Amino acid sequence: RGVPYQTVTLIHQSMVKRLPEHVQVDDPAVVKRLAKKLERQQIPLRSDYGYKVSLFSHLHQYSRKAPLTQLLSIPSTVIHPSIVRLGLQYSQGIVAGSNARSVALLHAFKQVIRDYTTPPNEELSRDLVNKLKPYISFLNQCRPLSASMGNAIKYIKKEISNIPSQCKEEEAKTKLLTCIDRYIEEKIVLAAKAISKYAIEKISDGDVILVYGYSSLVNNILCEAFEKSRKFRVIVVDSRPRLEGREALRRLVQRGISCTYVLISALSYILPEVSKVFLGAHALLANGYVMSRVGTSQIALVARTYNVPVLVCCETYKFCERVQTDSFVSNELDDPDDLMVTRKGKTQLENWQDVSSLGLLNLVYDVTPPDFVDLVITDLGMIPCTSVPVVLRVKNLDQ
Amino acid sequence: MEECLVEYFRTQMRTDPDMASAVAAIRTLLEFLRRDKGETILGLRESLKWATDCLTEVDSSVAVSSGGELFLRFISLTSLEHQDLSRCKKVMEERGELFLEKISLSRTKVAKLCHTFIKDGAKILTHSSSRVVLRVLEKAAAEKKRFTVYVTESQPDTAGKQMADALRRLNVPVTVVLDAAVGYVLEKVDLVIVGAEGVVESGGIINKIGTYQMAVCSKAHNKPFYVVAESFKFVRLYPLNQQDVPDRFKYKADTLRTVSDLSDEHPMIDYTPPSLITLLFTDLGVLTPSAVSDELIKLYL
Repeated sequence: RGVPYQTVTLIHQSMVKRLPEHVQVDDPAVVKRLAKKLERQQIPLRSDYGYKVSLFSHLHQYSRKAPLTQLLSIPSTVIHPSIVRLGLQYSQGIVAGSNARSVALLHAFKQVIRDYTTPPNEELSRDLVNKLKPYISFLNQCRPLSASMGNAIKYIKKEISNIPSQCKEEEAKTKLLTCIDRYIEEKIVLAAKAISKYAIEKISDGDVILVYGYSSLVNNILCEAFEKSRKFRVIVVDSRPRLEGREALRRLVQRGISCTYVLISALSYILPEVSKVFLGAHALLANGYVMSRVGTSQIALVARTYNVPVLVCCETYKFCERVQTDSFVSNELDDPDDLMVTRKGKTQLENWQDVSSLGLLNLVYDVTPPDFVDLVITDLGMIPCTSVPVVLRVKNLDQ
Repeated sequence: MEECLVEYFRTQMRTDPDMASAVAAIRTLLEFLRRDKGETILGLRESLKWATDCLTEVDSSVAVSSGGELFLRFISLTSLEHQDLSRCKKVMEERGELFLEKISLSRTKVAKLCHTFIKDGAKILTHSSSRVVLRVLEKAAAEKKRFTVYVTESQPDTAGKQMADALRRLNVPVTVVLDAAVGYVLEKVDLVIVGAEGVVESGGIINKIGTYQMAVCSKAHNKPFYVVAESFKFVRLYPLNQQDVPDRFKYKADTLRTVSDLSDEHPMIDYTPPSLITLLFTDLGVLTPSAVSDELIKLYL
């Protein structure tokens, strides 16, 4: 009683890590704090849509029909136009896939840096970082940031703060632009080449390879292997409502690779034919769990039962220090209206909001335990799933 | 040049039959380094790589190839910034000697770590003939522990009989069992100890054919499956299943040279995945299979 409340919280702050607000949406205090922060940054608050299933009520659920840009004044004085465009592309699903999103983000930031002028009596290294904060909140409101985007933003912020104060503005800007170009080149483009090189060793003639959804990296690997004259055929597994497998199928067939297309419900029927499973990843967590598109853990589970090796391909910039053991704690809820389908002119779920006991759940990610994954191929080489913390440690030493 | 190398290697193997083939290979490479008349560091590395390839053609075991690669990495893992080539060579030779000394002691280190896991009155099952396992059992016997050993006969070369003879000389009660009797005998044993020809990146091992079967049966019976291996056997392979192990390790070197259609030949080794192994005893310490990758990254990167 004698100790003032402020001191107690200060001591706690250094020991306890705060939960991110995007997993505490059911806590009104947190929502209020977020609203205040957005008001300060002059960014409109996006409201949740529809009934949320109780297990996931701690996550945001937005509707695609109500983009954040409708609440913005035009022209927006606070947010750079390329960021507004990017936010719209994210929320409408025009730019999707973790590599595509990161690259688009970095290009938008390059435009921001090009158009930036340091205000008088300010330092570029501090002011630019402060300018980026509302942009990041805006993008987060449009669509929650992916792990790869988070790592890219951390890198940019670090590079900006490391600009020496005596550096001239033009020089600093060119330096930052080259840094970003180098990041994209090293971590995404060259990493994909290195991963293809390792992955092609694992593809032998006569293989039947199963892929799920659309992963730019896995597609790259299969196209390279086909060019190196490996004889294999591909089975593309797809799932509603995104049906991303169709894009993968289109690209593979264009190259001349023989493909089969099934929906995920036919998985156990098709698996006895399969010799290997190649999966992409959205992020690799520090305890070895693989976070990827919803349905991936199911594929890994059934493949393990049939003793089919499961290979996950992931660049090192997607490794994150977070730990998660289930898909509930931190996930993304997509627009529930996507689950409605019109067949023969009838949409059965049209008035789902009127039915009080009905909830629609459109999950985006799920988490696969490391026991189901046989091998992870990264640009540093082939590692078992349990060695992710080793790679993180090695990377931190490099930095 | 090649015949000289091979002859030296064969002599080393003959003079000390207790020495691991990888150690003999490394001795040969060190001697090769001493006699090499190369002019550049790069040339030296190339010739060492060529020498390792020659040796793998004589003895196709995984350990020779991994030992050679580790030797090369160890001696070049130092600053070779000296101007004079002979000084660089001297540094490399010194490091080579250091490496050789370290690995000669590795079997003793492994034995010291492992013998404590053999309790008094234990019944042990082992596969084929492994000098490391023999050293471990020698140490346990020296510590006045009483235990019995079951050894599989291990066709096609019946190497298990040699192991049994060596154990009889130590006055350890030993029984030779058929390879097919592993499941039958497992309910009587307390633990399984095997050696390894190579330890792969996933934490699994490559060993004489029959090891995988033994591992699957011990998992089914819930008996601990221990592997003893020196650290120079760690190799940068990552097999996904039996088929994924490269052919050059599966068959003896003469078979690879003479036979054109390998599908008729019987492989001499198999791959045991890490999920079936309880612990690995190495000179780097007692490791779980997932820690092997950590050690490999430290050794190779």
